[in-house]
Amino acid sequence: MNTKRRTFLKGAGAAGTVAVAVAAGLLKPTEVLAAEWNKAAFDAKGMPDALKVLNATGAADSKDITIKAPDIAENGAVVPVEVTSKIAGTSSIAILVEKNAAPLTANFDLANGADGYVSTRIKMGQTSNVRVVVKAGAKSYTAVKEVKVTIGGCGG
Amino acid sequence: MAEPMKIRAQAEGDSANVKVLMNHPMETGQRKDAKTGQVVPAHFIQTVTAQVNGKTVLDAQWSQAISKNPFLGFKVKGAKAGDKVSVNWTDNKGDKNHAEAVVA
Repeated sequence: MNTKRRTFLKGAGAAGTVAVAVAAGLLKPTEVLAAEWNKAAFDAKGMPDALKVLNATGAADSKDITIKAPDIAENGAVVPVEVTSKIAGTSSIAILVEKNAAPLTANFDLANGADGYVSTRIKMGQTSNVRVVVKAGAKSYTAVKEVKVTIGGCGG
Repeated sequence: MAEPMKIRAQAEGDSANVKVLMNHPMETGQRKDAKTGQVVPAHFIQTVTAQVNGKTVLDAQWSQAISKNPFLGFKVKGAKAGDKVSVNWTDNKGDKNHAEAVVA
């Protein structure tokens, strides 16, 4: 009985050390990534906050931004979105979904001849506006398109 | 290690059209496992970078709200047939993947 208890304690102690080591090892890469990945922007809840973190609160509406997305998306888990910006000097394109828990979905920085064009597929929890924020020079521009979602794609 | 991704780059006029299909579960951290009822921890691609001939053309940051097995399309002006396109991604667990293609 006694020996068993001793082995058990020993084992528990060893497992504890491993867990600490793993936690320390896992924490490091996340911390390093956080510097690059804009956590504050992606954690922002609600559209005004997300726009504030992106520094695009006063973004002007622009007709030079085209958002190609379905009017009605049957499956919110896969909504194709294509953004084209004809604004000269487009340096970044951000895609935000107004009613998702965290609106900012993706931010693309463009450089060295990349066209003002990105295409991807996003998840939408419910019917919502999809907002695009384009930065060109020191200015921000924005455009909106509503996408109706039949089945949400965030929970499940 | 992550599964390989598909990449294709095609010259169109004076620019190249690049399409990338990645293999990734893109877990939001909100979904519950149907069997255990436990929340599946978030696991998603955070950063994607693309280079043409070693020059960065696209630097993207993603959230959980990008669909599973993500698709990415972009166009690069001035890239012509024979140019080398490479794409890298990193996810929130530190996993990485890399793919290369030549503009055709």
